Amino acid sequence: MAFFLETLLGGLMAGMLYSLVALGFVLIFKASGVFNFAQGAMVLFGALSMARFSEWIPQLTGVDSLFMANVLAFVMAAVVMFVVAWAVEYLVLRHLVNQEGATLLMATLGIAYFLEGLGQTLFGSSIYKIDIGMPKDPVFILEGMFQGGVLVNKEDFYAALIAAALVCLLTLFFQKTVTGRALRAVADDHQAAQSIGIPLNRIWMIVWCVAGVVALVAGMIWGSKLGVQFSLTTVALRALPVVILGGLTSVPGAIIGGLIIGVGEKLSEVYLGGFVGGGIEIWFAYVLALGFLLIRPQGLFGEKIIDRV
Amino acid sequence: MFYRENGQFKTTYQADQQILPIRQDRMVMMLILVFAIAVVPMLASDYFFRAILIPFLIMSLAALGVNILVGYCGQISLGSGAFMAVGAYGAYNFFVRIPGLPLIPALILGGLCATLFGILFGLPSLRVKGLYLAVATLAAQFFSDWMFLRIKWLTNDSPSGSVSVAELQVFGFPIESALSKYWLCLALLMVIALLAKNLVRSAVGREWMAIRDMDVAAAVIGIRPMYAKLSAFAVSSFIVGVAGALWAFIYLGAWEPAAFSVDISFRLLFMVIIGGLGSILGGFLGAAFITLLPIALSQILPSLAGLVGFEISTAGVSHAELMIFGGLIVWFLIVEPHGLAKLWAIAKQKMRLWPFPH
Amino acid sequence: MKIRDLILAVAALATAASSLVTTPVQAQAKEQFFPLLSYRTGPYAPNGIPWANGKQDYLKLINARDGGINGVKVTFEECETGYATDRGVECYERLKGRPGVTVFDPQATGITFALTEKVVVDKVPLITLGYGLSIAQDGMAFKWNFPLMGSYWTGADILVQHLGNKEGGLDKLKGKKIALVYHDSPFGKEPIPVLQERAKMHGFDLQLIPVTAPGVEQKSAWLQVRQSRPDFVFLWGWGVMNSTALKEAQATGYPRDKMYGVWWAGAEPDVKDVGEGAKGYNALALNTSGTQPKVIQDILKHVHGKNQGSGPKDEVGQVLYTRGVIISMLSVEAVRRAQERFGKGKVMTGDQVRWGMENLALDQKRLEALGFTGIMQPLSTSCSDHMGSSSARVQTWDGSKWGFSSDFIQADEQILKPMIKAGADKYMADKKMTRRTASDCQS
Repeated sequence: MAFFLETLLGGLMAGMLYSLVALGFVLIFKASGVFNFAQGAMVLFGALSMARFSEWIPQLTGVDSLFMANVLAFVMAAVVMFVVAWAVEYLVLRHLVNQEGATLLMATLGIAYFLEGLGQTLFGSSIYKIDIGMPKDPVFILEGMFQGGVLVNKEDFYAALIAAALVCLLTLFFQKTVTGRALRAVADDHQAAQSIGIPLNRIWMIVWCVAGVVALVAGMIWGSKLGVQFSLTTVALRALPVVILGGLTSVPGAIIGGLIIGVGEKLSEVYLGGFVGGGIEIWFAYVLALGFLLIRPQGLFGEKIIDRV
Repeated sequence: MFYRENGQFKTTYQADQQILPIRQDRMVMMLILVFAIAVVPMLASDYFFRAILIPFLIMSLAALGVNILVGYCGQISLGSGAFMAVGAYGAYNFFVRIPGLPLIPALILGGLCATLFGILFGLPSLRVKGLYLAVATLAAQFFSDWMFLRIKWLTNDSPSGSVSVAELQVFGFPIESALSKYWLCLALLMVIALLAKNLVRSAVGREWMAIRDMDVAAAVIGIRPMYAKLSAFAVSSFIVGVAGALWAFIYLGAWEPAAFSVDISFRLLFMVIIGGLGSILGGFLGAAFITLLPIALSQILPSLAGLVGFEISTAGVSHAELMIFGGLIVWFLIVEPHGLAKLWAIAKQKMRLWPFPH
Repeated sequence: MKIRDLILAVAALATAASSLVTTPVQAQAKEQFFPLLSYRTGPYAPNGIPWANGKQDYLKLINARDGGINGVKVTFEECETGYATDRGVECYERLKGRPGVTVFDPQATGITFALTEKVVVDKVPLITLGYGLSIAQDGMAFKWNFPLMGSYWTGADILVQHLGNKEGGLDKLKGKKIALVYHDSPFGKEPIPVLQERAKMHGFDLQLIPVTAPGVEQKSAWLQVRQSRPDFVFLWGWGVMNSTALKEAQATGYPRDKMYGVWWAGAEPDVKDVGEGAKGYNALALNTSGTQPKVIQDILKHVHGKNQGSGPKDEVGQVLYTRGVIISMLSVEAVRRAQERFGKGKVMTGDQVRWGMENLALDQKRLEALGFTGIMQPLSTSCSDHMGSSSARVQTWDGSKWGFSSDFIQADEQILKPMIKAGADKYMADKKMTRRTASDCQS
């Protein structure tokens, strides 16, 4: 029983980490209808910037405290992500307005390759460290109830808290600020929003900036956990089932979907994997999402697809 | 002036319905075929065959298959790597378990295995559409990755999971030299391309295009979505499976499941979209672009860098390849979202009017 | 629109023209060519880069310090494979035709499998030091493969022996549990037959836990480890998987001193950023590391001292860097040995280099003369034994550096020989090949 709880908690927290990445997908799709395959590359790019800046800042400026170095690195990495967002909007999206979904998808794949190449050229291909002071050792709870206690990974727990805080911030941003309302308007109907004077290009750039910061936070947390290296882009492939299970246009969907996928993955690997030799968690996540899609083809919280015939 | 069709009157329905009705087109196609079959073998080096032409031919075949599914039927699929893998391992199992099985039946049987797999993983297309379907097909990809690593029977109980083939022969002729491999791939590609072109011009092809354009309207006028979508998956997976078997048997020789990872799926989708969705020629153009570009870059970039006076490491070339690749894809999509085939169609249209501007 | 079309046409023509141009062949006499397949990008780059730098730096040293091999200058070219089989095959096809080509080191098990078939036809030897096809140790079956200094089977065997030594006897392993956390690929699956054989012999329980490549997310694997609480964990990973495994082990509280990695999971990139968290982690050491050995000092002087180093200076002397140096050294010694028979000061063909590789006799004296004292054990190959030496030590990470925690352990030939013979026989039956005859060994 204790072990089941451990697996469950581990799954929930892994799921939160996936939903951090999935949030980026959802934000961009919601506001501009583009499925951003470059999200993984953006996570990597953000993480690489932060890792390298936090390494270079103490060397170049002599700032001693780790906390200050990290804060400065985060700010600089956020600026880098803003530049990326601006470049993407100005050089790519502006010229591909009104193209079909497949074309936009391919364009984002092209951007992904470009960012991967650029990131490795600027920052290198080795493993880099992000040290934001996360505790690495586990903690054991409920030792009274279960012998040996239930293992909780402290780093994952803090990561889940950060993800939750980010979602709250984003929700506040969308509900309470003027820009947030404009974003929601654009997500609803591009042309109607344009007709009342909302500048589409600026909104898209803001969305990509926000998605860039979300990618940076996700990259920071994953990077702190695993080390920053090129293979971080594969995390995006793990987060895709979350996006389609939760619905491409729903922020709470990304969270709930993440929790379901995380738990599903870990439980399946630990309890079912043994019978078939293991290694099933990646495709199980996709099959799980597929199963949900067969019941609700637009995802759990997605908008119903309306086709005009 | 040269590309006019006046004076070419058709007197039979058969003549009117041929694939290349204009005489100049037929002549150019003849020239291309003669060039490919007879001239290239005289000029090309061994390296050129093994590293450039053979991968190009096999990838064109695969892109053809993917184009049928994505371009003609409108079902975005990211599981092409899995279909290639099933075709390759299927052909391998038949080849190894039936001693003395010739190569072509093995390839066809591999393709049929891929067809079954494709129909199974195409079932979600009946319920799910668009981007959701694209991500759902990734399930096929990751499942196939796992299946060939874990189920030992499929890799003939090899302890490492890596398999290899040797002693391929077609009608008694051994397929060992680069030239024989080239001709085999070319022959298969020509036959399958011809069949595919005729298929997409037929009623089945029109059904696929109707589903792609407006599936609800198609269902209303009596086209059964299940048959149309699953037949697209079936035909596409067969072609992609045969291409996968060729990739494994002819190009790699010995392979492991990682040779058919999700990277190949993305590359095939790139080829199809850059080449042009919904066009048989598009598959060829896209495959040429994607297979030749990395090799060309790895040759040109060091010399270009040398001109400007700095030495570029292999890692630098690799990173630059990624950046140029990504950049070129974006640029192509901006310039011509309908792909290279559309550019070719515009060129042909201009040639019809030449030397007049309009 | 017209300018765009023009640029498009020019770009298309340039691509077509350049792909038709084959690389100009440097048909210089008196140059021995060493192709260097490597990966400096992708998920395995952190480990691939020091390896590639070591290989290159030694070749530069031979030119700078010795003026070549008996006067024959050494040339080399790197080709990026990204650990992908198809790119590896393309690199091989591009470089195999160069005059004076010596030997290929694919740096990847997948590429090794693909090239094993091709080198027989193209007559270029394949050196797979410590990796690749384990059954290729049998030189009578695999004429062109050289798994020098060890294979996955010898590595697995040595680890079990080490555990036996630690516990006070192999019989003390009865009833214990060993978990193998492995990279889900041919590389990771190779040791399984040997471990299963040993498990049968000594009565320990073997649990197999695969990690899907590239091994970025391993939470479930380590939850399973926590569930079954094995006495020891063998780590068979490469690239990012190793450091992730150590981080997850720390996060689930599995004692790192009970973890034993293969020699591909025991290098600085794997443990450096885990730092104190990897303290106590053990791994096999196929070679020593450090900047004391004479050859490393020579490299620092003649290559890095003249700013010709392939990588950063603090990488020189690391575990994988030194392994790269060894690989280049063995290739060069094979050429030198071939020159003794086929003509000193002449350029050797692939077949001749193969003979050289099959007749290496690097005793302690020779190693000392080369500057490799203390780095590796003496090595001597023969027609039937393409491995040369099959011992390794165990090293332990103390938080900041590696230190040896065992003597040299020799792999147990009694157990491995029948397995190798059976495997080689099956391979040859599948491919309808026959073993070499004794007379073929003299050629």
